[in-house]
Amino acid sequence: MLNLPVYLDHNATTPCDPRVVDAMIPYFTNHFGNAASRNHPFGWQAEEAVDYAREQVAKLIGADPKEIIFTSGATEGNNLAIKGVFEMYASKGNHIITATTEHKAVLDTCKHIEKEGGEVTYLAVGADGLIDLKELEAAIKPTTILVSIMYANNETGTIQPVKEMSAIAKKHGVLFFTDATQAVGKIPVDVNKDGIDLMAFTAHKMYGPKGVGALYVRRKNPRVKVTAQIDGGGHERGMRSGTLNVPGIVGFGKACELAMNEMEADAKRLSILRNKLESALLKLEEAYVNGSTVYRLPHVANISFKYVEGEGLLMGFNKNIALSSGSACTSASLEPSYVLKALGLGDDLAHSSLRFGLGRFTTEEQIDYTIESVSNTVLKLREMSPLWEMYKEGIDINTIEWAHH
Amino acid sequence: MAYSEKVIDHYQNPKNVGTLDKNKKSVGTGLVGAPECGDVMRLQIEVDDATGMIIDAKFKTFGCGSAIASSSLATEWLKGKSVTEAMTIDNMDIVEELHLPPVKIHCSVLAEDAIKAAINDYRVKNGLEVFKFDEKIVH
Repeated sequence: MLNLPVYLDHNATTPCDPRVVDAMIPYFTNHFGNAASRNHPFGWQAEEAVDYAREQVAKLIGADPKEIIFTSGATEGNNLAIKGVFEMYASKGNHIITATTEHKAVLDTCKHIEKEGGEVTYLAVGADGLIDLKELEAAIKPTTILVSIMYANNETGTIQPVKEMSAIAKKHGVLFFTDATQAVGKIPVDVNKDGIDLMAFTAHKMYGPKGVGALYVRRKNPRVKVTAQIDGGGHERGMRSGTLNVPGIVGFGKACELAMNEMEADAKRLSILRNKLESALLKLEEAYVNGSTVYRLPHVANISFKYVEGEGLLMGFNKNIALSSGSACTSASLEPSYVLKALGLGDDLAHSSLRFGLGRFTTEEQIDYTIESVSNTVLKLREMSPLWEMYKEGIDINTIEWAHH
Repeated sequence: MAYSEKVIDHYQNPKNVGTLDKNKKSVGTGLVGAPECGDVMRLQIEVDDATGMIIDAKFKTFGCGSAIASSSLATEWLKGKSVTEAMTIDNMDIVEELHLPPVKIHCSVLAEDAIKAAINDYRVKNGLEVFKFDEKIVH
Protein backbone atom coordinates (compact mmCIF):
# COMPACT_ATOMS: atom_id res chain seq x y z
CA MET A 1 0.00 0.00 0.00
CA LEU A 2 1.25 3.45 -0.87
CA ASN A 3 1.69 5.81 2.06
CA LEU A 4 1.47 9.49 1.18
CA PRO A 5 3.08 11.95 1.56
CA VAL A 6 6.48 10.45 0.77
CA TYR A 7 9.31 11.84 2.88
CA LEU A 8 12.66 11.77 1.06
CA ASP A 9 14.45 14.53 2.91
CA HIS A 10 16.17 12.40 5.54
CA ASN A 11 19.39 14.41 5.19
CA ALA A 12 17.48 17.36 6.66
CA THR A 13 15.98 15.40 9.53
CA THR A 14 14.50 11.99 10.32
CA PRO A 15 11.32 11.09 12.14
CA CYS A 16 11.75 9.79 15.68
CA ASP A 17 11.56 6.03 15.76
CA PRO A 18 8.51 5.12 17.92
CA ARG A 19 10.81 2.96 20.06
CA VAL A 20 12.88 6.07 20.77
CA VAL A 21 9.82 8.02 21.84
CA ASP A 22 8.72 5.17 24.13
CA ALA A 23 12.09 5.23 25.83
CA MET A 24 11.95 9.00 26.32
CA ILE A 25 8.47 9.47 27.74
CA PRO A 26 9.08 8.44 31.37
CA TYR A 27 11.87 11.00 31.57
CA PHE A 28 9.47 13.87 30.93
CA THR A 29 7.04 12.89 33.66
CA ASN A 30 8.03 10.35 36.32
CA HIS A 31 11.82 10.53 36.08
CA PHE A 32 12.13 14.26 35.52
CA GLY A 33 15.11 14.81 37.83
CA ASN A 34 18.16 16.91 37.13
CA ALA A 35 21.09 14.59 36.42
CA ALA A 36 23.27 16.96 38.44
CA SER A 37 21.14 16.59 41.60
CA ARG A 38 23.33 14.36 43.72
CA ASN A 39 21.23 14.26 46.87
CA HIS A 40 18.01 12.48 46.01
CA PRO A 41 16.64 9.58 43.94
CA PHE A 42 15.21 11.89 41.25
CA GLY A 43 18.71 13.05 40.43
CA TRP A 44 20.19 9.55 40.75
CA GLN A 45 17.62 8.13 38.31
CA ALA A 46 18.32 10.85 35.79
CA GLU A 47 22.06 10.41 36.14
CA GLU A 48 21.74 6.66 35.71
CA ALA A 49 19.70 7.15 32.54
CA VAL A 50 22.28 9.58 31.15
CA ASP A 51 25.13 7.20 31.98
CA TYR A 52 23.33 4.37 30.21
CA ALA A 53 22.67 6.55 27.16
CA ARG A 54 26.29 7.68 27.16
CA GLU A 55 27.30 4.02 26.91
CA GLN A 56 24.85 3.40 24.05
CA VAL A 57 26.19 6.41 22.15
CA ALA A 58 29.83 5.54 22.81
CA LYS A 59 29.32 1.92 21.76
CA LEU A 60 27.96 2.92 18.35
CA ILE A 61 31.16 4.78 17.49
CA GLY A 62 33.63 2.52 19.32
CA ALA A 63 34.43 5.14 21.96
CA ASP A 64 34.74 5.19 25.72
CA PRO A 65 31.66 6.69 27.43
CA LYS A 66 33.91 9.27 29.10
CA GLU A 67 34.73 10.61 25.64
CA ILE A 68 31.14 11.65 24.90
CA ILE A 69 30.16 15.27 25.54
CA PHE A 70 26.43 15.83 25.12
CA THR A 71 25.51 18.96 23.19
CA SER A 72 22.36 20.50 21.75
CA GLY A 73 23.20 19.14 18.31
CA ALA A 74 25.83 19.00 15.60
CA THR A 75 26.00 22.76 15.07
CA GLU A 76 27.02 23.19 18.69
CA GLY A 77 29.40 20.23 18.41
CA ASN A 78 31.06 21.79 15.36
CA ASN A 79 31.38 25.13 17.13
CA LEU A 80 32.74 23.56 20.30
CA ALA A 81 35.28 21.41 18.47
CA ILE A 82 36.68 24.12 16.20
CA LYS A 83 36.54 27.11 18.55
CA GLY A 84 37.47 24.93 21.52
CA VAL A 85 40.59 23.55 19.80
CA PHE A 86 41.52 26.98 18.43
CA GLU A 87 41.47 28.46 21.94
CA MET A 88 42.97 25.46 23.77
CA TYR A 89 45.88 25.02 21.36
CA ALA A 90 46.55 28.72 20.72
CA SER A 91 50.14 28.39 21.93
CA LYS A 92 50.77 25.68 19.34
CA GLY A 93 49.42 27.46 16.29
CA ASN A 94 46.46 29.15 14.69
CA HIS A 95 45.99 27.37 11.35
CA ILE A 96 42.99 25.20 10.52
CA ILE A 97 42.40 23.19 7.35
CA THR A 98 38.88 22.52 6.14
CA ALA A 99 37.08 22.12 2.79
CA THR A 100 34.78 24.23 0.63
CA THR A 101 32.03 21.59 0.74
CA GLU A 102 31.63 21.59 4.52
CA HIS A 103 28.34 22.41 6.20
CA LYS A 104 27.73 26.06 7.11
CA ALA A 105 28.12 25.18 10.79
CA VAL A 106 31.79 24.46 10.04
CA LEU A 107 32.37 27.14 7.40
CA ASP A 108 30.80 29.94 9.41
CA THR A 109 32.69 28.84 12.52
CA CYS A 110 35.91 28.98 10.47
CA LYS A 111 34.98 32.48 9.27
CA HIS A 112 34.62 33.43 12.94
CA ILE A 113 38.06 31.94 13.67
CA GLU A 114 39.53 34.10 10.89
CA LYS A 115 38.07 37.19 12.52
CA GLU A 116 39.71 36.12 15.77
CA GLY A 117 43.12 36.08 14.11
CA GLY A 118 43.16 32.48 12.98
CA GLU A 119 44.19 31.30 9.54
CA VAL A 120 42.00 28.88 7.60
CA THR A 121 42.75 26.93 4.42
CA TYR A 122 39.69 25.85 2.45
CA LEU A 123 40.58 22.82 0.35
CA ALA A 124 38.87 22.41 -3.01
CA VAL A 125 37.37 19.02 -3.91
CA GLY A 126 37.43 17.00 -7.10
CA ALA A 127 34.48 16.55 -9.46
CA ASP A 128 33.46 13.55 -7.33
CA GLY A 129 33.45 15.70 -4.19
CA LEU A 130 36.48 13.96 -2.69
CA ILE A 131 39.44 15.63 -0.97
CA ASP A 132 42.81 15.13 -2.63
CA LEU A 133 45.05 13.60 0.06
CA LYS A 134 48.19 15.14 -1.44
CA GLU A 135 46.61 18.57 -1.31
CA LEU A 136 45.64 18.01 2.29
CA GLU A 137 49.18 17.04 3.26
CA ALA A 138 50.65 19.96 1.32
CA ALA A 139 48.38 22.38 3.18
CA ILE A 140 49.75 21.37 6.60
CA LYS A 141 52.11 23.96 8.08
CA PRO A 142 54.05 24.18 11.35
CA THR A 143 51.21 26.33 12.70
CA THR A 144 48.45 23.87 11.75
CA ILE A 145 46.49 22.67 14.78
CA LEU A 146 43.38 21.11 13.26
CA VAL A 147 42.07 19.38 10.16
CA SER A 148 38.27 19.61 9.99
CA ILE A 149 36.73 17.55 7.19
CA MET A 150 33.23 16.10 7.22
CA TYR A 151 32.66 12.35 7.16
CA ALA A 152 29.90 12.41 4.55
CA ASN A 153 28.40 15.32 2.68
CA ASN A 154 24.86 16.42 3.44
CA GLU A 155 23.97 17.28 -0.16
CA THR A 156 25.64 14.55 -2.19
CA GLY A 157 26.27 11.81 0.39
CA THR A 158 29.92 11.64 -0.71
CA ILE A 159 32.05 9.84 1.91
CA GLN A 160 35.51 11.30 2.45
CA PRO A 161 38.61 9.11 2.98
CA VAL A 162 38.54 9.71 6.73
CA LYS A 163 41.04 7.02 7.68
CA GLU A 164 43.62 8.29 5.20
CA MET A 165 43.08 11.95 6.16
CA SER A 166 43.38 11.28 9.88
CA ALA A 167 46.60 9.33 9.28
CA ILE A 168 48.08 12.33 7.50
CA ALA A 169 47.02 14.63 10.32
CA LYS A 170 48.49 12.27 12.92
CA LYS A 171 51.77 12.02 11.03
CA HIS A 172 52.14 15.80 11.34
CA GLY A 173 50.94 16.01 14.94
CA VAL A 174 47.71 17.74 13.92
CA LEU A 175 44.31 16.97 15.46
CA PHE A 176 41.62 15.52 13.20
CA PHE A 177 38.01 16.59 13.65
CA THR A 178 35.10 15.35 11.56
CA ASP A 179 31.52 16.54 11.28
CA ALA A 180 29.92 13.10 11.04
CA THR A 181 26.33 14.29 11.22
CA GLN A 182 25.22 12.41 8.10
CA ALA A 183 27.34 9.32 8.64
CA VAL A 184 26.87 8.16 12.24
CA GLY A 185 24.06 5.64 12.48
CA LYS A 186 23.98 5.19 8.70
CA ILE A 187 27.36 3.59 8.00
CA PRO A 188 29.91 2.04 10.38
CA VAL A 189 31.92 4.79 12.07
CA ASP A 190 34.63 3.80 14.56
CA VAL A 191 36.69 6.58 16.11
CA ASN A 192 39.68 4.30 16.67
CA LYS A 193 39.70 2.51 13.34
CA ASP A 194 39.08 5.85 11.64
CA GLY A 195 41.72 7.69 13.69
CA ILE A 196 39.32 10.45 14.74
CA ASP A 197 40.28 12.86 17.55
CA LEU A 198 37.04 14.84 17.68
CA MET A 199 33.68 14.13 16.06
CA ALA A 200 30.34 15.93 16.08
CA PHE A 201 27.03 14.17 15.42
CA THR A 202 23.38 14.53 16.28
CA ALA A 203 20.35 12.47 17.24
CA HIS A 204 17.77 13.86 14.84
CA LYS A 205 19.57 12.59 11.73
CA MET A 206 19.38 9.02 13.04
CA TYR A 207 15.75 8.64 14.17
CA GLY A 208 16.34 10.34 17.51
CA PRO A 209 14.92 13.61 18.83
CA LYS A 210 15.95 17.12 17.80
CA GLY A 211 17.93 19.28 20.20
CA VAL A 212 20.48 16.72 21.33
CA GLY A 213 23.82 15.68 19.91
CA ALA A 214 27.31 14.76 20.99
CA LEU A 215 30.90 15.73 20.54
CA TYR A 216 33.37 12.89 20.80
CA VAL A 217 36.62 14.10 22.38
CA ARG A 218 39.50 11.61 22.45
CA ARG A 219 41.01 10.92 25.87
CA LYS A 220 43.98 8.73 24.93
CA ASN A 221 46.63 8.91 22.20
CA PRO A 222 46.43 11.82 22.27
CA ARG A 223 44.42 13.27 25.13
CA VAL A 224 42.42 16.08 23.53
CA LYS A 225 40.96 19.07 25.32
CA VAL A 226 38.66 21.81 24.14
CA THR A 227 37.99 25.15 25.75
CA ALA A 228 34.36 25.35 26.85
CA GLN A 229 32.19 27.70 24.82
CA ILE A 230 29.32 27.71 27.32
CA ASP A 231 30.25 28.52 30.90
CA GLY A 232 28.25 27.52 33.93
CA GLY A 233 27.96 24.55 36.26
CA GLY A 234 30.86 22.63 34.78
CA HIS A 235 28.78 19.78 33.37
CA GLU A 236 30.23 17.32 30.88
CA ARG A 237 33.71 17.40 32.40
CA GLY A 238 33.75 21.15 32.24
CA MET A 239 33.54 21.19 28.44
CA ARG A 240 29.85 21.96 28.13
CA SER A 241 27.86 23.47 30.97
CA GLY A 242 24.09 23.39 31.10
CA THR A 243 21.50 21.07 32.66
CA LEU A 244 21.47 17.88 30.66
CA ASN A 245 18.53 17.27 28.36
CA VAL A 246 17.75 13.93 30.01
CA PRO A 247 14.77 12.81 27.85
CA GLY A 248 16.65 13.87 24.72
CA ILE A 249 19.79 12.05 25.80
CA VAL A 250 17.79 8.91 26.63
CA GLY A 251 16.24 9.09 23.15
CA PHE A 252 19.63 9.65 21.55
CA GLY A 253 20.99 6.59 23.37
CA LYS A 254 18.07 4.46 22.22
CA ALA A 255 18.49 5.73 18.65
CA CYS A 256 22.18 4.72 18.77
CA GLU A 257 21.30 1.27 20.07
CA LEU A 258 18.75 0.79 17.28
CA ALA A 259 21.25 2.02 14.69
CA MET A 260 23.84 -0.39 16.04
CA ASN A 261 21.43 -3.32 15.57
CA GLU A 262 19.71 -2.27 12.38
CA MET A 263 22.18 -0.15 10.43
CA GLU A 264 23.48 -2.96 8.30
CA ALA A 265 20.06 -4.20 7.24
CA ASP A 266 18.75 -0.64 6.74
CA ALA A 267 21.74 0.30 4.61
CA LYS A 268 21.39 -2.79 2.47
CA ARG A 269 17.67 -2.28 1.90
CA LEU A 270 18.01 1.44 1.25
CA SER A 271 20.88 1.09 -1.19
CA ILE A 272 18.71 -1.26 -3.27
CA LEU A 273 15.85 1.25 -3.23
CA ARG A 274 18.20 4.18 -3.92
CA ASN A 275 19.76 2.35 -6.85
CA LYS A 276 16.34 1.54 -8.23
CA LEU A 277 15.32 5.19 -7.97
CA GLU A 278 18.55 6.44 -9.44
CA SER A 279 18.74 4.07 -12.38
CA ALA A 280 15.11 4.79 -13.28
CA LEU A 281 15.61 8.56 -13.16
CA LEU A 282 18.86 8.38 -15.12
CA LYS A 283 16.86 6.88 -17.98
CA LEU A 284 15.62 10.41 -18.56
CA GLU A 285 17.81 12.26 -21.04
CA GLU A 286 20.37 14.70 -19.67
CA ALA A 287 20.15 13.55 -16.07
CA TYR A 288 23.37 13.36 -14.07
CA VAL A 289 24.41 12.13 -10.63
CA ASN A 290 26.28 14.69 -8.53
CA GLY A 291 29.16 13.54 -6.34
CA SER A 292 30.92 10.21 -6.09
CA THR A 293 28.88 7.11 -6.93
CA VAL A 294 31.57 4.90 -5.42
CA TYR A 295 32.12 6.53 -2.01
CA ARG A 296 28.57 7.42 -1.10
CA LEU A 297 26.04 7.03 1.69
CA PRO A 298 23.68 4.16 0.79
CA HIS A 299 20.48 6.18 1.12
CA VAL A 300 21.40 9.35 -0.78
CA ALA A 301 21.20 10.38 -4.44
CA ASN A 302 21.72 13.88 -5.82
CA ILE A 303 20.64 14.19 -9.43
CA SER A 304 20.56 17.13 -11.84
CA PHE A 305 17.88 17.20 -14.52
CA LYS A 306 19.34 19.56 -17.08
CA TYR A 307 17.14 22.31 -18.52
CA VAL A 308 14.57 22.25 -15.70
CA GLU A 309 14.84 24.36 -12.58
CA GLY A 310 14.84 22.55 -9.24
CA GLU A 311 12.31 24.62 -7.38
CA GLY A 312 9.91 24.55 -10.31
CA LEU A 313 10.42 20.79 -10.41
CA LEU A 314 9.64 20.38 -6.70
CA MET A 315 6.40 22.25 -7.16
CA GLY A 316 5.16 19.51 -9.47
CA PHE A 317 4.95 17.01 -6.63
CA ASN A 318 5.76 18.68 -3.32
CA LYS A 319 2.26 18.10 -2.03
CA ASN A 320 2.99 14.39 -2.00
CA ILE A 321 6.79 14.09 -2.01
CA ALA A 322 9.15 15.98 0.30
CA LEU A 323 12.50 16.63 -1.36
CA SER A 324 15.20 19.29 -1.43
CA SER A 325 16.74 21.14 -4.34
CA GLY A 326 20.17 22.69 -4.77
CA SER A 327 18.46 25.59 -6.46
CA ALA A 328 17.88 28.61 -4.28
CA CYS A 329 15.35 30.68 -6.09
CA THR A 330 13.89 31.81 -2.77
CA SER A 331 17.08 33.23 -1.31
CA ALA A 332 17.90 36.86 -1.95
CA SER A 333 21.18 36.01 -3.65
CA LEU A 334 19.65 33.49 -6.09
CA GLU A 335 22.90 31.57 -5.64
CA PRO A 336 22.53 27.83 -6.10
CA SER A 337 24.18 25.25 -3.85
CA TYR A 338 27.82 26.10 -3.08
CA VAL A 339 28.48 22.40 -2.54
CA LEU A 340 27.45 21.49 -6.08
CA LYS A 341 29.36 24.47 -7.48
CA ALA A 342 32.44 23.26 -5.61
CA LEU A 343 32.18 20.01 -7.61
CA GLY A 344 32.60 22.11 -10.73
CA LEU A 345 28.94 22.08 -11.73
CA GLY A 346 27.77 25.07 -13.71
CA ASP A 347 25.14 27.22 -12.08
CA ASP A 348 22.57 25.86 -14.53
CA LEU A 349 23.14 22.26 -13.44
CA ALA A 350 23.26 23.25 -9.77
CA HIS A 351 19.89 24.97 -10.23
CA SER A 352 18.54 21.75 -11.75
CA SER A 353 19.37 19.41 -8.90
CA LEU A 354 17.24 17.35 -6.55
CA ARG A 355 18.48 15.66 -3.38
CA PHE A 356 16.88 12.34 -2.49
CA GLY A 357 17.46 11.11 1.07
CA LEU A 358 15.81 7.78 1.83
CA GLY A 359 15.17 6.52 5.34
CA ARG A 360 14.22 3.66 7.62
CA PHE A 361 10.51 3.94 6.84
CA THR A 362 10.78 4.47 3.07
CA THR A 363 8.92 1.77 1.14
CA GLU A 364 9.36 0.40 -2.36
CA GLU A 365 5.87 1.62 -3.27
CA GLN A 366 6.94 5.12 -2.31
CA ILE A 367 10.04 4.86 -4.49
CA ASP A 368 7.95 3.64 -7.44
CA TYR A 369 5.58 6.55 -6.92
CA THR A 370 8.52 8.98 -6.73
CA ILE A 371 10.05 7.65 -9.94
CA GLU A 372 6.77 8.20 -11.75
CA SER A 373 6.05 11.65 -10.31
CA VAL A 374 9.54 13.04 -10.79
CA SER A 375 9.85 11.64 -14.32
CA ASN A 376 6.47 13.03 -15.37
CA THR A 377 7.24 16.45 -13.94
CA VAL A 378 10.65 16.60 -15.61
CA LEU A 379 9.08 15.74 -18.96
CA LYS A 380 6.27 18.24 -18.47
CA LEU A 381 8.61 21.08 -17.49
CA ARG A 382 10.99 20.34 -20.33
CA GLU A 383 8.12 20.84 -22.76
CA MET A 384 7.81 24.24 -21.12
CA SER A 385 11.56 25.01 -21.04
CA PRO A 386 13.10 27.30 -23.66
CA LEU A 387 16.50 25.80 -22.82
CA TRP A 388 15.28 22.28 -23.59
CA GLU A 389 13.93 23.50 -26.93
CA MET A 390 17.31 25.07 -27.73
CA TYR A 391 19.10 21.88 -26.72
CA LYS A 392 16.82 19.87 -28.99
CA GLU A 393 17.51 22.26 -31.85
CA GLY A 394 21.23 21.79 -31.31
CA ILE A 395 21.86 25.27 -29.91
CA ASP A 396 24.57 25.42 -27.27
CA ILE A 397 23.11 27.56 -24.51
CA ASN A 398 26.61 28.53 -23.43
CA THR A 399 27.08 30.46 -26.68
CA ILE A 400 24.11 32.71 -25.96
CA GLU A 401 24.81 36.06 -24.37
CA TRP A 402 22.48 36.06 -21.41
CA ALA A 403 21.43 39.30 -19.80
CA HIS A 404 22.48 38.71 -16.19
CA HIS A 405 20.44 40.57 -13.68
CA MET B 1 6.78 29.11 1.77
CA ALA B 2 3.42 28.26 0.31
CA TYR B 3 2.44 29.34 -3.18
CA SER B 4 -0.78 31.22 -3.82
CA GLU B 5 -3.64 29.34 -5.45
CA LYS B 6 -3.28 31.41 -8.60
CA VAL B 7 0.40 30.51 -8.93
CA ILE B 8 -0.43 26.85 -8.44
CA ASP B 9 -3.20 27.05 -11.03
CA HIS B 10 -0.93 28.63 -13.66
CA TYR B 11 1.80 26.11 -12.85
CA GLN B 12 -0.55 23.14 -13.19
CA ASN B 13 -2.46 24.50 -16.17
CA PRO B 14 -0.12 26.92 -17.88
CA LYS B 15 -1.74 29.03 -20.58
CA ASN B 16 -0.16 29.48 -24.01
CA VAL B 17 2.91 27.29 -23.69
CA GLY B 18 4.58 27.05 -27.04
CA THR B 19 6.59 28.54 -29.83
CA LEU B 20 5.75 31.00 -32.59
CA ASP B 21 7.85 31.23 -35.74
CA LYS B 22 10.47 33.73 -34.72
CA ASN B 23 11.40 34.38 -38.35
CA LYS B 24 7.98 35.80 -39.18
CA LYS B 25 7.92 39.57 -39.45
CA SER B 26 4.74 39.73 -37.41
CA VAL B 27 6.29 37.85 -34.48
CA GLY B 28 8.29 39.52 -31.72
CA THR B 29 10.45 37.38 -29.41
CA GLY B 30 11.83 38.32 -26.00
CA LEU B 31 14.37 36.04 -24.31
CA VAL B 32 15.37 37.25 -20.86
CA GLY B 33 17.09 35.92 -17.74
CA ALA B 34 20.03 33.55 -17.58
CA PRO B 35 20.43 29.84 -16.79
CA GLU B 36 22.98 30.77 -14.08
CA CYS B 37 20.30 32.79 -12.29
CA GLY B 38 17.83 29.93 -12.42
CA ASP B 39 15.32 31.75 -14.64
CA VAL B 40 15.03 32.02 -18.41
CA MET B 41 11.83 33.30 -19.99
CA ARG B 42 10.98 33.35 -23.65
CA LEU B 43 7.87 35.29 -24.52
CA GLN B 44 6.54 35.76 -28.05
CA ILE B 45 3.81 37.90 -29.50
CA GLU B 46 2.20 37.82 -32.93
CA VAL B 47 0.85 41.15 -34.09
CA ASP B 48 -1.80 41.82 -36.72
CA ASP B 49 -0.08 44.36 -38.99
CA ALA B 50 -3.33 46.03 -40.00
CA THR B 51 -4.75 46.61 -36.52
CA GLY B 52 -1.63 46.63 -34.30
CA MET B 53 -3.40 44.12 -32.05
CA ILE B 54 -1.64 41.15 -30.43
CA ILE B 55 -3.44 38.13 -31.84
CA ASP B 56 -1.34 35.43 -30.22
CA ALA B 57 1.17 35.08 -27.40
CA LYS B 58 3.26 32.08 -26.34
CA PHE B 59 5.85 31.41 -23.68
CA LYS B 60 8.39 28.91 -22.51
CA THR B 61 10.04 29.33 -19.12
CA PHE B 62 12.87 27.66 -17.23
CA GLY B 63 12.36 28.62 -13.61
CA CYS B 64 10.40 28.24 -10.43
CA GLY B 65 6.60 28.08 -10.17
CA SER B 66 6.31 31.85 -9.79
CA ALA B 67 8.35 32.45 -12.94
CA ILE B 68 6.18 30.00 -14.87
CA ALA B 69 2.99 31.59 -13.50
CA SER B 70 4.22 35.13 -14.25
CA SER B 71 4.92 34.30 -17.87
CA SER B 72 1.71 32.32 -18.28
CA LEU B 73 -0.29 35.25 -16.89
CA ALA B 74 1.61 37.70 -19.10
CA THR B 75 0.63 35.80 -22.25
CA GLU B 76 -3.01 35.81 -21.15
CA TRP B 77 -2.92 39.56 -20.64
CA LEU B 78 -1.11 40.22 -23.90
CA LYS B 79 -3.62 38.49 -26.15
CA GLY B 80 -6.18 40.94 -27.45
CA LYS B 81 -4.24 44.02 -26.38
CA SER B 82 -2.73 46.52 -28.79
CA VAL B 83 1.05 46.77 -28.75
CA THR B 84 0.72 50.23 -27.21
CA GLU B 85 -1.48 48.88 -24.42
CA ALA B 86 0.91 45.98 -23.84
CA MET B 87 3.70 48.46 -23.19
CA THR B 88 1.93 49.62 -20.04
CA ILE B 89 1.85 46.21 -18.31
CA ASP B 90 3.70 46.70 -15.05
CA ASN B 91 5.40 43.99 -13.03
CA MET B 92 3.52 45.09 -9.93
CA ASP B 93 0.24 44.21 -11.67
CA ILE B 94 1.57 40.66 -11.95
CA VAL B 95 2.70 40.68 -8.30
CA GLU B 96 -0.79 41.71 -7.20
CA GLU B 97 -2.66 39.30 -9.43
CA LEU B 98 -0.54 36.29 -8.37
CA HIS B 99 0.05 37.41 -4.75
CA LEU B 100 3.79 36.96 -5.18
CA PRO B 101 5.83 37.27 -1.98
CA PRO B 102 8.78 39.73 -1.90
CA VAL B 103 11.37 37.06 -2.72
CA LYS B 104 9.50 36.30 -5.95
CA ILE B 105 9.11 39.84 -7.24
CA HIS B 106 12.05 39.29 -9.57
CA CYS B 107 9.90 36.73 -11.44
CA SER B 108 7.40 39.46 -12.28
CA VAL B 109 10.20 41.83 -13.30
CA LEU B 110 11.49 39.17 -15.63
CA ALA B 111 8.03 38.79 -17.18
CA GLU B 112 7.80 42.55 -17.72
CA ASP B 113 11.27 42.55 -19.25
CA ALA B 114 10.23 39.70 -21.54
CA ILE B 115 7.18 41.65 -22.71
CA LYS B 116 9.32 44.72 -23.45
CA ALA B 117 11.95 42.65 -25.24
CA ALA B 118 9.28 40.97 -27.40
CA ILE B 119 7.72 44.32 -28.28
CA ASN B 120 11.08 45.80 -29.23
CA ASP B 121 11.97 42.77 -31.31
CA TYR B 122 8.72 43.24 -33.18
CA ARG B 123 9.34 46.98 -33.58
CA VAL B 124 12.85 46.51 -34.96
CA LYS B 125 11.65 43.87 -37.41
CA ASN B 126 9.06 46.30 -38.67
CA GLY B 127 11.39 49.22 -39.17
CA LEU B 128 10.55 51.04 -35.94
CA GLU B 129 13.15 52.23 -33.49
CA VAL B 130 13.81 50.46 -30.17
CA PHE B 131 11.49 51.92 -27.57
CA LYS B 132 13.38 53.03 -24.46
CA PHE B 133 11.42 51.85 -21.43
CA ASP B 134 12.09 53.42 -18.06
CA GLU B 135 14.73 51.48 -16.18
CA LYS B 136 13.50 49.53 -13.18
CA ILE B 137 15.65 49.35 -10.12
CA VAL B 138 13.75 46.42 -8.62
CA HIS B 139 15.36 43.04 -8.96
